[in-house]
Amino acid sequence: MNVVVCVKYVPDTEAPIRIRADGGGIEESGLPFKLNYYDEHGVEEALRIKEKTGGTVTVVTVGPSAAAQALRQGVAMGADAAIHIEDPALDGADHLGVARALAAAIGAQGCDLVICGKLSTDDNAAVVGPALAEFLGFTQATAVTKLELSTGKAMAHREVEGAVEVLEVTLPAVITVERSINEPRYPSLPGIMKAKRTAIAVKTLGDLGLTLQEAGGVAARTEVLGYTPPPQRQAGRILEGEPAEMVKELVRLLRDEAKVL
Amino acid sequence: MGRDVWVLAEYADGRPRKITYELLGKARSLAEELGGQVVALALGSGIQETSKDLGAHGADVVRVADDPLLGQYTTDAYLAVIEPIVTTEQPFLLLVGSTASGRDLAPRLAARVDAGIVTDCAAVEIDGDQVEVTRPVMTRKALARVAFRGEGPRIAVVLPNIFPPTAPDSSRLPEVLPVSVTLDPAAVRTQVLEVKAIARETLPLTEADIIVSGGRGLRGPENFSILEELARVLGAAVGSSRPPVDSGWVPHDYEIGQTGKTVNPQLYIACGISGAPQHLAGMSGSRWIVAINKDPQAPIFSIASYGVVGDLFQVLPLLTEEVRKLRRSSRG
Repeated sequence: MNVVVCVKYVPDTEAPIRIRADGGGIEESGLPFKLNYYDEHGVEEALRIKEKTGGTVTVVTVGPSAAAQALRQGVAMGADAAIHIEDPALDGADHLGVARALAAAIGAQGCDLVICGKLSTDDNAAVVGPALAEFLGFTQATAVTKLELSTGKAMAHREVEGAVEVLEVTLPAVITVERSINEPRYPSLPGIMKAKRTAIAVKTLGDLGLTLQEAGGVAARTEVLGYTPPPQRQAGRILEGEPAEMVKELVRLLRDEAKVL
Repeated sequence: MGRDVWVLAEYADGRPRKITYELLGKARSLAEELGGQVVALALGSGIQETSKDLGAHGADVVRVADDPLLGQYTTDAYLAVIEPIVTTEQPFLLLVGSTASGRDLAPRLAARVDAGIVTDCAAVEIDGDQVEVTRPVMTRKALARVAFRGEGPRIAVVLPNIFPPTAPDSSRLPEVLPVSVTLDPAAVRTQVLEVKAIARETLPLTEADIIVSGGRGLRGPENFSILEELARVLGAAVGSSRPPVDSGWVPHDYEIGQTGKTVNPQLYIACGISGAPQHLAGMSGSRWIVAINKDPQAPIFSIASYGVVGDLFQVLPLLTEEVRKLRRSSRG
């Protein structure tokens, strides 16, 4: 089975975020970037499928030149090939533009299954996976916690409000994965060596047969106007003393001040 | 193009979900600003009767697609019904709840009808002829302001528990318009084999007004029963920080935080949780936060509305009892 995994190079979630003085963006200088952690689980799932059924694993990303690091990590974990869609025309693209570019690259490559992380930890949007499924005409299952493949079909568990839904989708499909689906492996030393040698196929929008009006910034239906820090929460009242007194006071506050009881 | 605000109504056990009422309340005020109507689009099986309810909560028009094939959400069937109506009617703005099915459907619908889409909306505003939204990004370390551009439908996927539902008015009767459904079962490429209810007496985390959450300070899986008891009395959901999940005390779906769920309840009671940034990323949007921890230095206290410095094994049973008394007296 040939599997494509979409990956993204994103700011390390452990790092503090600074908003640029003009509010127009996130200060990226000195900000450490990593492979989006949901995508690590995506690569792991693809590798497990390959180990069971054979076939290939291809990692693909959209992003500036540094994003090649995410592809190299995928190859170091065990992926066979890497595609980097790199085009300044995509800078102002919205999620649908990114999904169109990915769909063009994946459509040209051909595959049985596409795996994406549930969301990327920078913009948290969770839009690209389902939009990609639409552009490819594939079935989809989102936020999957367990995946089993059989001939022409995939069985997926996904968590819904208060229940687990067990779905059967016909292949080809786009699956977006939750963290609980697996435990990702670390890149091996031979893998890291291989990642250095593996040629990354670089594609522009033109290479993919897409015009600016289809996928570029001018086609975007949404635009980020700016960023602000989240409102700072103030420390409230600290209660001390005997447990019974504190509890009485807490209940009084929750009833009379917060009005939530 | 119309000025109407549409709401995709979502059902659970034949009743609209809480998020649907929240969206209708928001749609009401947006539609008044825009000079349009509120249209609820309801898909399901055996849901005709509930249209009155959607009217009472703010819909001027209810469009109902009632078909056995819509009883269970599937991407293909729902899209096949929604796409033609959205394409023909061109709603100005469509509000969808950020639920498991809303997040599955909305991006794909946007791709199909070439709509602008923004997810995780925590504020939605009209600015002249455009719609602007605010959403948390970078695991809640920043807020982004996003504008829809161009013409054609706009889809906003809205976080639960942000907008208060309006009080129902049963004298408001909506216009009910049936949506004809011609679905080819063979075109539905997804089958729901089973929906296994998670064995938990309390509510789903993302829908709860109150969440009682436990951390490492609970010391073991058996002690979650203390939280569950408090949750039962409060009508709350039970969650956890990451350590209890990693230690196998509770399943993954309890986890609140960067690697788990994002919640926005009215009240969040953090028990034995130190307050690592990874956990705060998931719960700091809560309206009121109570922290119970015996370490007065725990970072959770710096964001708590009310901090209780004490042993949770003493405090929680007392709290459960006190709330029980309060509930009894308010009932009597």
